[in-house]
Amino acid sequence: MTTKLMGTGVQRVEDQRLLRGHGRYADDVAVDASTLHCAVLRSPHAHARIVDIDVADVLDVDGVHAVWTYDDLTGPMAEPLPLLIPHPALTHGRTQYALAKDEVNYVGEAIAFVVADDRYVAEDAVGRIRVSYDLLPPVVGIEAARAADRLVHDDVPGNVGARMEQSTGDVEAALAASPRRLTLDLDVERSACMPLEGRGTVARWDPDIDRLQVWSSTQTATGVRAVVAVKLGLDLRQVDVITPDVGGGFGVKINHPWPEELLVPLAARTLGRTVKFTEDRREHFISSAHERGQVQHIEVGFDDDGRLLALDVMFWHDHGAYSPYGLIVPIITSTQLLGPYKPEVYRVVFESLYTNTVMVTPYRGAGRPQGCYAMERAMDAIAAELGKDRTEVRAANFIQPDEFPFEQGLVFQDGRELTYDSGDYPASLEKIKALIGWDDFPAYRAEMAAQGRRVGIGLACYVEGTGVGPYEGAHVHVETSGKVKVATGLTTQGQGHATVFAQLVADELGCRFEDVEVVTGDTRRMPYAVGTFASRAAVMSGSAIHLAARKAKQKALKIAAEALEASPDDLQIVDGVVSVKGSPGSAIDLGTVAVLSNPLRYAFDEASKAATQFTVGDASKPPVAEDEEPGLEGTDFYSPERSTFASGMHAVIVETDPLTAEITVLKYAVVHDCGKLINPTIVEGQIHGGVAQGVGGALYERMVYDESGQLLNASFMDFLMPYVTEVPDGIDIDHLETPSPLNPLGIKGAGEAGVIPSAAVFASAIEDAEGLTSTGLAITAMPISPSDLFHLRLAHAEETS
Amino acid sequence: MSESLLDVRLSVNGVLHELRLPARRLLSDALRHDLCLTGTHVGCEHGVCGACTVLADGRPVRACLMFAVSAVGLELTTVEGLADDDGTLSNVQQAFVECHGLQCGFCTPGFLTTITAGLRENPQPTHEEARDMIAGNLCRCTGYQNIVKAVERAAELGAQQEVEGS
Amino acid sequence: MKPAPFDYVRPGSLDDALAALSGDPGAKVLAGGQSLVPLLSMRLAAPSTLVDINGLPGLDSVEVTDDGVRVGALARHADVLAHDEAARVQPLLRLALSHVAHATIRNRGTTVGSIVHADAAAEMPVVLRLLGGSVDVAGPGGARTVPADELYVGPLESSLAHDEIATSAFFPALAPGARVAFAEIARRHGDYALVGAAALVDGDTVRVGFVSVNDVPTVVDLTGVATEDLGDAALAQLDPTDDIHATAAYRAQLVRVLTARVVREATTDE
Repeated sequence: MTTKLMGTGVQRVEDQRLLRGHGRYADDVAVDASTLHCAVLRSPHAHARIVDIDVADVLDVDGVHAVWTYDDLTGPMAEPLPLLIPHPALTHGRTQYALAKDEVNYVGEAIAFVVADDRYVAEDAVGRIRVSYDLLPPVVGIEAARAADRLVHDDVPGNVGARMEQSTGDVEAALAASPRRLTLDLDVERSACMPLEGRGTVARWDPDIDRLQVWSSTQTATGVRAVVAVKLGLDLRQVDVITPDVGGGFGVKINHPWPEELLVPLAARTLGRTVKFTEDRREHFISSAHERGQVQHIEVGFDDDGRLLALDVMFWHDHGAYSPYGLIVPIITSTQLLGPYKPEVYRVVFESLYTNTVMVTPYRGAGRPQGCYAMERAMDAIAAELGKDRTEVRAANFIQPDEFPFEQGLVFQDGRELTYDSGDYPASLEKIKALIGWDDFPAYRAEMAAQGRRVGIGLACYVEGTGVGPYEGAHVHVETSGKVKVATGLTTQGQGHATVFAQLVADELGCRFEDVEVVTGDTRRMPYAVGTFASRAAVMSGSAIHLAARKAKQKALKIAAEALEASPDDLQIVDGVVSVKGSPGSAIDLGTVAVLSNPLRYAFDEASKAATQFTVGDASKPPVAEDEEPGLEGTDFYSPERSTFASGMHAVIVETDPLTAEITVLKYAVVHDCGKLINPTIVEGQIHGGVAQGVGGALYERMVYDESGQLLNASFMDFLMPYVTEVPDGIDIDHLETPSPLNPLGIKGAGEAGVIPSAAVFASAIEDAEGLTSTGLAITAMPISPSDLFHLRLAHAEETS
Repeated sequence: MSESLLDVRLSVNGVLHELRLPARRLLSDALRHDLCLTGTHVGCEHGVCGACTVLADGRPVRACLMFAVSAVGLELTTVEGLADDDGTLSNVQQAFVECHGLQCGFCTPGFLTTITAGLRENPQPTHEEARDMIAGNLCRCTGYQNIVKAVERAAELGAQQEVEGS
Repeated sequence: MKPAPFDYVRPGSLDDALAALSGDPGAKVLAGGQSLVPLLSMRLAAPSTLVDINGLPGLDSVEVTDDGVRVGALARHADVLAHDEAARVQPLLRLALSHVAHATIRNRGTTVGSIVHADAAAEMPVVLRLLGGSVDVAGPGGARTVPADELYVGPLESSLAHDEIATSAFFPALAPGARVAFAEIARRHGDYALVGAAALVDGDTVRVGFVSVNDVPTVVDLTGVATEDLGDAALAQLDPTDDIHATAAYRAQLVRVLTARVVREATTDE
């Protein structure tokens, strides 16, 4: 009897290939001397009108096959790139062109596209294109955007792309009636996903079948397919998009189409050659997306127990130069800010502002880290004001376990009510306190102080809406060999989908785990899909796969029941063998069932011979029953009513150096509730990675623009992603499993959680270590570097002297 | 005007390759695009991320910071050369499987080569030494936790083989 | 990020290398390449010819005598770092080299290359100056020895002529009774230092060299300065500046802290 694989840390099936160097990432596709390579001329200016582009010097460069500017684009390719997620509040949505038309709005915007024999020659050619510009004053930073004495887009007054407001009541009255009030002004700087593999697209046009094949390092194969078809004027059936191995995504690869994602297929079709674009690191910094940058103003009203009576939030979101991904990030900030709490009245207003910088689209967490930061800073401020323990104030505001489903009274990013499905926040708090040693910390602090060392503790809580719709689908096919081929349309960037989905199939269908092979992100195998974002893969595709496997199982049982002359109810499938319960001699393996499921006229091998018309079936009935289809397979879709809400709490103990202001992590703890776990090893891996990115975002990483809009740290030398030496040595993790009632497996998403509370938890702990007691809060801007902390100390010393 | 080509002899994973390449061809590109050894990945092309790390005469070097033409005379080992001839994973590779030491797998080849050399030099690293061994490689997925475990596990596998072999 | 085209020569003798350099004003020497190749790939430099000296015989040695350590132009940082005799004769070498980038970069990067690259954010130029070392240089007019104090003429600029090649660097041995210490603080382990400090204390003489503070490798004489005044005395001769990682004021604070730290370490027995 096999044990259930759900909940066990099965080793990943992907690893063998990847560890041998046999992975196949976008740049590994079509490694062939005949493949052409591309380079892009990018704007060196943040804001300018293009006066003239002279490509004459390029045309005679040996090995150059095409040089395109905007003027070479026609039809839909000459239109602006799509605004993927329109929203009524996005009154002034703007997107760029595949190649800049007349104006550039950030350093890095694509202006000209070169196709050449190799990337070296393509870069040579780019260097010979002459562009003359009329420089325009750039808008850099939220403050400049708000001041609006310069505009990014002439026709967007005040640089405001969107203004959105949601409220649950009369917040001004509630504030006025609150016995205590506090005001906070907070800042979060920009960072970026920064996967180790940049973007990449390869395309090949096959004139014999009138069909385009595209490989793209994307988080949505179906999205890329649809937009390539639209822009190139092809039928959907003429475009296949295959997602190869993807070297990390973290959000940036959900945006589509990137200019090159259209230009490469166009070049492949035009030139009749295989064409490849592989983004380099500098390009990734200046032409892929960033995230996080916000300025927040928060007013809270509360009582003597710290209960939130009124919460009024206004924030300004830096959207960069364009808004192709709509308002997803600020909407998530504005709604997920509430975390596990239930303020009596909440109002949130945001403005999404254009600046002459790289555009902003979701980065792991997608606006949640900023929301969590706002809320948790407010909690810390309330605790400080009341002289209460920070955990006590939080506990006073928790939604209680018996209050689910809990309506927050807002509309979430998917256009649906923000309704939490399940959770147990008090239980999480008890776990995190135990894990970090919250109650013992004062003694530890005293012990360290005696050695002249400064330590501080912080915690932060979050709720994460995961598994947003609209749907995902799955196809499960049992071959006559007994192998089970599974396809789902969303893509994989390292989450181990091939493993966890195989676990689900093995459990539900009853086949052997080793016999399952999962394909993701290939539109030839599953043309209906949405994509991998919002921690939705396990919830959405996991559920769909579970349902599809169930269908295949039901079919297998029906066919086997006939073959074994038993009732389907008396059958079981274990290790790929269907047998009559209690009578193991009466059995048939799934491969044979697959043979029986598909009556054949022709025989090719032993298996098909067994399925020919003289062998199979009752001669008095149609070979395929009226309500059946040939083949042992199942297809199903999962489309939930709304998102499911995971939650968690992080706590950290830091040490700050009294002289150098260096910040060291001494202990990091995570309590995480993503419902039922499919594979705890993989979930913990996701948490580890999220925490490391969170440490980066809190202590190291920021995009530094100068006033002219040049990104000053567009390299791994100066954009400080943590090495092992910068991350905690060990992360203590405890799980809580509060099942979701919304899907058949009771699961919730886990991908993004690790990064959400980082800015909040580090601000809390560093402030605690420093004992800085300014009015309100000492730490209001993240990330914080030793240099920043040093200046904070100086400012504080001045304030108190 | 066409760029002049040079004769380049590269010895990779024990196989000698004769190529005609422009002088500016980076070793990383020669391995990937000319020899089709695409296991070596390019993450930054300025020597910081370590994804392109290969072994040159057994020592880890950044393939993006060398020209193929100047790699003559060096015995190069890429990730494709780490498993045994019969396909058995090396201790380091095996440890990555056991410890969930990789997610997207893009940085992984650079870690594998680096750790392979590191454990040859120091077969039984302390925990601190294990961390230090991978301190020059960037990973964006794993938070390094399980890579450190994999270094320690690979050392353990090595020690077991020592015992069995002695 | 691919280099612009260049011609490439890999001479088999020093004379051939010098000839290749002198024949082409746009030529540049390639040794370890760990600083040069990124500049080429970002097209921040585009030499017409690269003169690859990795094929020159006899330049990869680390020779240790009682007088000091002579490091050949092709000796990699890792070779010098691992050299026990070198560490015995001049302990500052190992102390400082362990802070040079990451191990993989040290496997290819050369100590002499780093010294003549003249980056004030690098450790070894300061070490050479602090110890009063020198560089042996070959040129069309023959060989000469350049004392460290005459080597650094400006930001990223050495006094070597375009057609000269540094063949070795000499680090004097630590005098009997003298002591050294090294410390640095970087944003990330292995990054260029925000501030680094190397101390040499010999009898009453106290000198400290600073990494990443001034725009050239700088050594300050702190002989006779009271312990509590060391940092400020050093700062009187330094000019820390702002960059994206740290303000000048914070760098000044690190100068104070590290100066006190390295001098204490080089003067007290612990």
